[in-house]
Amino acid sequence: MIDMNEFSSINQLISKAESQGKSVADIMIEQEVKTSGLSYEKVWQKMERNLSTMKSAVEEGVEGVESTTGLTGGDAFKMKRYIDSGRGLSGDLTLHAICYAVSTNEVNAAMGQICATPTAGSAGVVPGVLFAMKENHPEFTHEDMVKFLFTAGAFGMVVANNASISGAAGGCQAEVGSASAMAAAAVTEMAGGSPEMCAHAFSIALKNMLGLVCDPVAGLVEVPCVKRNAAGASNALTAADMALAGIKSRIPADEVVEAMFKIGLTMPSQLRETGRGGLAATPTGERIKEELFG
Amino acid sequence: MKYNSVFDIIGPVMVGPSSSHTAGSVKIGQTARNLFKKQPEKVDIYLYGSFKDTYKGHATDVALIGGLLGFSTDNPKIKYAYEEAESRNMRVKIIEMAEERSHPNTASLHLYSGDEELIVEAISIGGGMIQVVSINDYPISLSGNLHSLLVFHKDSFGTIANVTSILKDAELNIGTMNVSRKEVGETALMTIEIDGKCDEKTVQSIEAVEGVERVIELKEEDA
Repeated sequence: MIDMNEFSSINQLISKAESQGKSVADIMIEQEVKTSGLSYEKVWQKMERNLSTMKSAVEEGVEGVESTTGLTGGDAFKMKRYIDSGRGLSGDLTLHAICYAVSTNEVNAAMGQICATPTAGSAGVVPGVLFAMKENHPEFTHEDMVKFLFTAGAFGMVVANNASISGAAGGCQAEVGSASAMAAAAVTEMAGGSPEMCAHAFSIALKNMLGLVCDPVAGLVEVPCVKRNAAGASNALTAADMALAGIKSRIPADEVVEAMFKIGLTMPSQLRETGRGGLAATPTGERIKEELFG
Repeated sequence: MKYNSVFDIIGPVMVGPSSSHTAGSVKIGQTARNLFKKQPEKVDIYLYGSFKDTYKGHATDVALIGGLLGFSTDNPKIKYAYEEAESRNMRVKIIEMAEERSHPNTASLHLYSGDEELIVEAISIGGGMIQVVSINDYPISLSGNLHSLLVFHKDSFGTIANVTSILKDAELNIGTMNVSRKEVGETALMTIEIDGKCDEKTVQSIEAVEGVERVIELKEEDA
């Protein structure tokens, strides 16, 4: 297959954006138009549909949903009530990001409609951060939100092509870790950070998630997936704030991606989405599995 | 695997929770419905392996029924498939099978409507991708990328030649072709993958060939 990608590394992506004076989102849109053969408008509309799916999922989960197994659901509702009480320890932005990430993944577990970002199990992180930003900074427009997703997608594509975005292949670091790094980069750009700052935010977020295993109880996309999405979202904001403060990652983004890939290769299969290790293998994890499937 | 589109990363829109056990199952149900050409009155669903073990948690049963009702993988109505099946008078039975099949995610769907009966066995191979492995117990192998014709016919001289000659007249090129049968002289199955699209007239001509009992068209979007 001919490689149509304009960038195969984060370094290339950032250099391209910096040298052309464009945003990462613009570079991604231009490439998508070129590789898909679709018009700019069509590409934009496709992303708008994803955005509106995310919005619906966030809103649905906050109202309170329950999964088929009853293992998850209702926590986004609790989180929302807690935020409204004004007793939250973190700032509203982080609290909302946690709430909306949980909300999205509860909807996924409850057979609701979601947009995989980059997978179904990690679908809460990117919308969690995005809709928390919109809620706390109403000045961001609909266009800014669509662009956020293109930026997140650009970084995610590099990870997918150079490492992995599958829990079965690379553990949770590849799913929630990738999602968190994508969200960190995108929110940095949205907040006015340079492409280079985006790369640092990406690196910091992914570094903090390295080694995270995929150990779902009973093999289901519920425990601990829903709460890990909350961690991915707040980690993204931590990393973005650090990058926006001018803090740099000592290890370049592409090397962090490579490290994540290599860690995935050495991860035992019990900790890669088989439901046989980690939390799945705890007495409670085993008991839940027994109760559900006999 | 090479990711060339941003929509492989931000997307697809789907109904959760799992691409292999939920989205793949919807596709199996859809494919069976399309092969049957209508909504069946009654369906018996046989589940094997991981599908049998985890279907309640992943809602594999709900997803299969959603597909049988014609819902696509992103339709939020999927979770109400049982209720919807009841209101549309489609009776469904789930049967857990202890025996193993070669693939852990296997479902066999038996569709009935009046005297008509169709058995479709399919596997979900990951990422929402599926494969039909047999129809009416005739093993088949479809890549799923091409337009296909499944021709059930009497195992007798000349039937295959008569069918391929109709395709020649319609200027349709055969990509792959496979013939299987259970016993000599009984019903056999021709699986023909063609480049391009078969029109209604061509299908009717094939149905009119002596010895042909039934023709099922499998379009690209079905598999």
